[in-house]
Amino acid sequence: MPELTYIQAISDGLRQEMRRDERVFVLGEDVGVYGGAFKVTQGFQEEFGPWRVIDTPLSETAIVGGATGAALMGLRPVAEMQFADFISCAWDQLVTVAAKQFFRGQTPVPIVVRLPSGGGFSGGPFHSQNPESSFAHIPGLKIVAPATPEDAKGLLASAIEDPNPVLYFEHKHLYRRIKADVPEERYTTPFGQARVHREGDDAVVVTWGAMVHTAAEAAEQLADEEGFEVEILDLRTIIPWDRERVLESVRRTSKVLVFHEDTRTGGFGAEIAATIAEEAFEDLDAPVMRLAAPDTPVPFSPALEKAFIPQVEDVAGALRKLAAY
Amino acid sequence: MAVREAEPVGSLQEVKEVGLDRDDLLAIYRHMLVTRGIEERGHILYKQGRIPGSFYTGRGNEAAAVGVGTAMGPDDVGTPLHRDMGVHITRGVEPWRIFAQYMGREGGPTRGRDGNVHMAIPQLGLHPMVSHLPAMLPVAVGMALAFKIRGERRVALAWFGEGAAARGDAHEGMNMAGVRQLPVVFVCDNNQWAYSTPTYLSYPVENIADRAASYGFDGVVVDGTDVLAVYREAKRAIEKAREGGGPTLLECLTLRMEGHAVHDDAFYVPKEMFEQWAAQDPLERYRTWLREQAEMTDAEEDAINASVKRILNEALERAEESPLPDPKGLEQGVYASVEDLDTPHHK
Repeated sequence: MPELTYIQAISDGLRQEMRRDERVFVLGEDVGVYGGAFKVTQGFQEEFGPWRVIDTPLSETAIVGGATGAALMGLRPVAEMQFADFISCAWDQLVTVAAKQFFRGQTPVPIVVRLPSGGGFSGGPFHSQNPESSFAHIPGLKIVAPATPEDAKGLLASAIEDPNPVLYFEHKHLYRRIKADVPEERYTTPFGQARVHREGDDAVVVTWGAMVHTAAEAAEQLADEEGFEVEILDLRTIIPWDRERVLESVRRTSKVLVFHEDTRTGGFGAEIAATIAEEAFEDLDAPVMRLAAPDTPVPFSPALEKAFIPQVEDVAGALRKLAAY
Repeated sequence: MAVREAEPVGSLQEVKEVGLDRDDLLAIYRHMLVTRGIEERGHILYKQGRIPGSFYTGRGNEAAAVGVGTAMGPDDVGTPLHRDMGVHITRGVEPWRIFAQYMGREGGPTRGRDGNVHMAIPQLGLHPMVSHLPAMLPVAVGMALAFKIRGERRVALAWFGEGAAARGDAHEGMNMAGVRQLPVVFVCDNNQWAYSTPTYLSYPVENIADRAASYGFDGVVVDGTDVLAVYREAKRAIEKAREGGGPTLLECLTLRMEGHAVHDDAFYVPKEMFEQWAAQDPLERYRTWLREQAEMTDAEEDAINASVKRILNEALERAEESPLPDPKGLEQGVYASVEDLDTPHHK
């Protein structure tokens, strides 16, 4: 099995899907000649031609709306937003049209929108956001957020196969930082099945995306310091999310930290915490704990951004509280 | 690329040149009558409290809608709007399903999930509008993109109003279509009023079609009360797109003869304006043409009127037999399954 970075896994997975299914095509800003702002589609236009790797004008509405129309005609578009932040420009097309078209007209809209998301490199307020919770509130959309190269490839294949609009959040800070073995052959990773990133019985951290890795470092600290063994549950997909697996871990460990990089109020962690309170209240030995970014725009200066994005020591601090409770 | 103002259609000979025979001409008339009839009956049902929500009509736009609908090829697609009932009728939607849609019944195209004209039968090449106008315009551009990618000789029709022309979706969609020379025809139903907003507060140029030049394609203005002129111009634009000639912006000029929806008495529209446009009512205008140029006889006209009345009566009866949707099914159908992809329009 070759060792791939997270971004290579996305790129390889997309290329594999385009080779096996001629209905799959890519559209977005600078995806063709330039190969995408992050080079996910580098070399694609040479292989698949300018009508399957389509450079569009700077038009997020037309990109997502166009993808929807092409999907209604039987194609499998994969649209790229240059940064996840820019999906706000296409809100109407996603939320008003794509998400509701099947409910109203019984016509599936099988589109994938790739969303390079997340902070950690001074991208500032408009190149760092994690807007998944805004869309988790919209019935009709599916949301995935892989944390590993293997899942990045498998979830992309599932997203393209899925008959619904899928938002594929790929974390920019994982692109070249995370490497792992990835199977060469095609495979799909099912939606709605959480992955155990680290085993442990003393508490569970429910998280996704880049924060899986932050949580893992903190968990090692707690194990070394206190012998406190934390399970890390990587949700992998936000909609649908693996309620059963989360509740099972909560019942087993009785202590839970819900943790995400997105801001706190109305973040998807709130939905998870509420569900645990409703379904597993009597199994808890401590209040459900939440760790998230503060309710501010993402700041630019490294000093501020470090204070904004939850760090390993923040997670360790939260876990120590849980351990002591 | 100056905007072209289309000439009216005159004699029967001219009509033959654009490919319509006498049966086609009478079918167009019937479609226009059914269109108006459905909306007139719907209005009454609404006032009787038998239709929930709000109610919109396209009175005054029947010729524009039926004219374009008639010009579409069998495999062409489109996203008609709330003044375009005539497109649905022309493409062959069964009228009972429209009444069922109005009444929120299971038999409506959206099975009670959406109301009024927010409906379409995808198997007939039509896709349902949303309220956020003109959000379906870039979607139609995407349909045209699919045809271009696959090398199909099909055309997408994107409807929008002169009011919605102010929104960014219209710009992004038309610009992308122009850049890629996609097989799409943009049809502007310019009925001169966006709710209460007159044209001079919606756009600062003479015609919406003037914008076509900035996107690199042709703009045409046609009298939207002249069904044959609309047909001829739509046909030209559609066939040009089919042959690889790129988009056209076809502006159909009409007057919205009622309020934005039926709750609105349109007090803000000058009385003289209504009087002036009432004198060129699209149905009456076409009826006169048929009698003078195509020798429509009393017997033919009586037969058409009787058949329309029968169609409407039967449609209403059948719609009322359609059950209300079962609330137990509400949460099904939010997400599609793979089997749902196995429909003709996804092939």
